[in-house]
Amino acid sequence: MSEENKTPNQQPSASNESAVKMVDVKKSFDGKEFVLKGLDLDIKKGSLTAIIGFSGTGKSVCLKHILGLFAPTSGKIEVLGRDLSKMSKDELTRFRQEFGVLFQSAALFDDMTVLENVCFPLIEHRRELSMAQVEKIAIEKLESVNLDPKHFAKLPSQISGGMQKRTGLARALALDPEILIYDEPTTGLDPILTEMVDDLIVTTHKRRPGTTSIMVSHDLYAAFRIADTVAMLDAGKVLLVGTPEDFYKSEIELVKRFVSKGIKH
Amino acid sequence: MESAGGISQKFKDFIFEVGQMTVMLGRAVRLIFAKPSRFGEIIKHMDFIGNQSVGIISLTSLFTGLALSLQVYLGFKIVNATNLVGPTVALGIFRELGPVLTGLIVSARAGGAMAARLGTMKVNEQIDALDVMGVNTVQYLISPRIVAAFFCMPMLTAVFDFVAMIGSWFLCVVLVDLDQAVFFDRINQTVSLRHIMEGLFKSAIFGIIFALICSYKGYNTTGGAKGVGEATNRGVVISMVMIIVLDYFLTSMIRTYYLLTGGVM
Repeated sequence: MSEENKTPNQQPSASNESAVKMVDVKKSFDGKEFVLKGLDLDIKKGSLTAIIGFSGTGKSVCLKHILGLFAPTSGKIEVLGRDLSKMSKDELTRFRQEFGVLFQSAALFDDMTVLENVCFPLIEHRRELSMAQVEKIAIEKLESVNLDPKHFAKLPSQISGGMQKRTGLARALALDPEILIYDEPTTGLDPILTEMVDDLIVTTHKRRPGTTSIMVSHDLYAAFRIADTVAMLDAGKVLLVGTPEDFYKSEIELVKRFVSKGIKH
Repeated sequence: MESAGGISQKFKDFIFEVGQMTVMLGRAVRLIFAKPSRFGEIIKHMDFIGNQSVGIISLTSLFTGLALSLQVYLGFKIVNATNLVGPTVALGIFRELGPVLTGLIVSARAGGAMAARLGTMKVNEQIDALDVMGVNTVQYLISPRIVAAFFCMPMLTAVFDFVAMIGSWFLCVVLVDLDQAVFFDRINQTVSLRHIMEGLFKSAIFGIIFALICSYKGYNTTGGAKGVGEATNRGVVISMVMIIVLDYFLTSMIRTYYLLTGGVM
């Protein structure tokens, strides 16, 4: 592990301004059962926040609300100071340029090469750039995630899982987003690859002061190792928000159980 | 045996799906001319739906023309009316078999591929990735497919008509030795441009129908690889049934139009 990554939790860049503010958010898909039951969450600008919890506690639903992919049944969600409920569908679509998302499966477009995948958001949203400029930026992003140029012309199916994650991250960074979201970035990966992805998240966060990083995971070890703030969800609500130390000291039974059981989910 | 409640629920689901498809069609049509232009995507899909279907359409239409002409010839020979084989086959091909068989073949080939492609994109989170990149997925994925199918289907039907008539000519003039001049004269006397246009009009509608149904099924896929298979299967089957059902209504509509405008069928 590099020196840069050794103390990931000491992130001085977090400000008091909110990047994401969820107030009493409730969500029901069928009008009867609620997946989110009054969720309150305040993610500060520049922080690296991990949202953790057992399976089925509403982590992914929470994430999709932040991205504006789901509208809450009730409650308020503000992202970068803007109320998502007051945006039209088209405004919301444009606003999502402020996000960069690394999906669990990397979600690369399988009919495009590695380089084309990273060029894609730039072609879509930076129409003033020439193709040469787009490629230059895309190559810079791919190099920033340490991907060897010999893989740039390959299709996603021709590269390893780790390289796919790097490409996915490079694509997420292409538009220099304000908020970087990692959706279960290490689920299903072997320990070495998991550590590589964790380090990549920390390095990327450090290189981009002011960028808010949100990681959804049930990998407690990774969350405590890299995040400066951890929010634990349970039954559609936030059970505890704090530093990893706060979690170790917590007297809440479920938190104690989660911490003691570690990553067995 | 299915209970009344089950049938009622299926009917409700059917109405719901028709409603959803109508909404999707409305959005797709509205977004055709929205910026950014998706002209490149339209051309790509036109190549796939149109250009790459020419071979299979030519082959099937040639043998359809041969088989239909043989059957008509054998029937008309009994009543000594073999000089009417050409126009009978031509009217059948131009007005019914051309658009319907082209619709069935293209919906199986291109529609199936559409549903499978979009379904795979959905389950691999590629559609989510587009969403969070601020790309309007209906405009990027659905509109170009519908536009491409709308323009390609009449062209493919024209190819079908032309090659089927070559098949008919080959059987009538070369194989069973009917008089070539009579064959063409009778066709000229009976068939008008309107009959050809009627078929081309129907095929354009079939294009919209299969592209919409298969895209909708693929776009709303759930449940991994199994879900992709089911979406593809349902997309193709529903498209085929709809083409045949709609053919009757379109034929009736065109007939009513002729009657109201004082034209001859």
